[in-house]
Amino acid sequence: MRSPLGRAIGLGAAKEGVEHWLLQRITAVALIPLTLWFVIALIRLIGADLDTVQEWVGRPLPAICLVLLLIATFYHASLGLQVVIEDYFHGDFTRLGLVIVVRLACIAFAVAGIVAVLTLALGASD
Amino acid sequence: MRSADRPLSPHLQIYRWQLTSVLSALHRATGLALSVGGILLVWWLVAAAMGAEAYGFVGDFLSSWLGIVLLLGWSAALFYHLCNGVRHLVWDTGHALDLRSTYIGGWVVVAMAVILTLSAWVAGISHWSY
Repeated sequence: MRSPLGRAIGLGAAKEGVEHWLLQRITAVALIPLTLWFVIALIRLIGADLDTVQEWVGRPLPAICLVLLLIATFYHASLGLQVVIEDYFHGDFTRLGLVIVVRLACIAFAVAGIVAVLTLALGASD
Repeated sequence: MRSADRPLSPHLQIYRWQLTSVLSALHRATGLALSVGGILLVWWLVAAAMGAEAYGFVGDFLSSWLGIVLLLGWSAALFYHLCNGVRHLVWDTGHALDLRSTYIGGWVVVAMAVILTLSAWVAGISHWSY
């Protein structure tokens, strides 16, 4: 993914970044309705027992929104944490290593959350 | 030539704080806090899928004093990052970039974050006691 100007004149000093910049904003826009929906849903679930929570997570609309929330949250977090790492950690090896560790952790947490939602949505829990 | 011992800019000991830079730093700090909060979201979902024992453990943690303080902090961080994120998206369109607009927008974001956090907790507490 390149900007028209970048494609015309070749790589700039940073070499990359347009895709990162765009995806940060695309996930940000997606997170506006998703987080507001989630906060309202959580408030309505206060005091609910486990059966109620399991039934709610497993319903089609909450399940879909929760999976989207997990993907957008951890994608957005991974991009944001990468910028923080690149600002404060110097040396290519340390920097690249930390970015990889953070990205893998974000993928792992997102997958764990999605599997939990699908488990309840598909009735695989006991 | 090494320059590691030189003071780094901005010189924090003599730095005059201003709303715009504080909010900018706060956006990053709340982003970091929310990344950790994302782990709680996953823990809650995984525990709900695992069953009563795991879910009871999360419930005990969240209803403890530490849990409530963390939830209060995370909700405030979420609403601040959300409101200031919208401010960033407006800037990305090329609007409201002059000094006056950045200050007005900054105070609007602070007010909105406080109002949304208080509203969420008032709604939550009234729902819980009902």
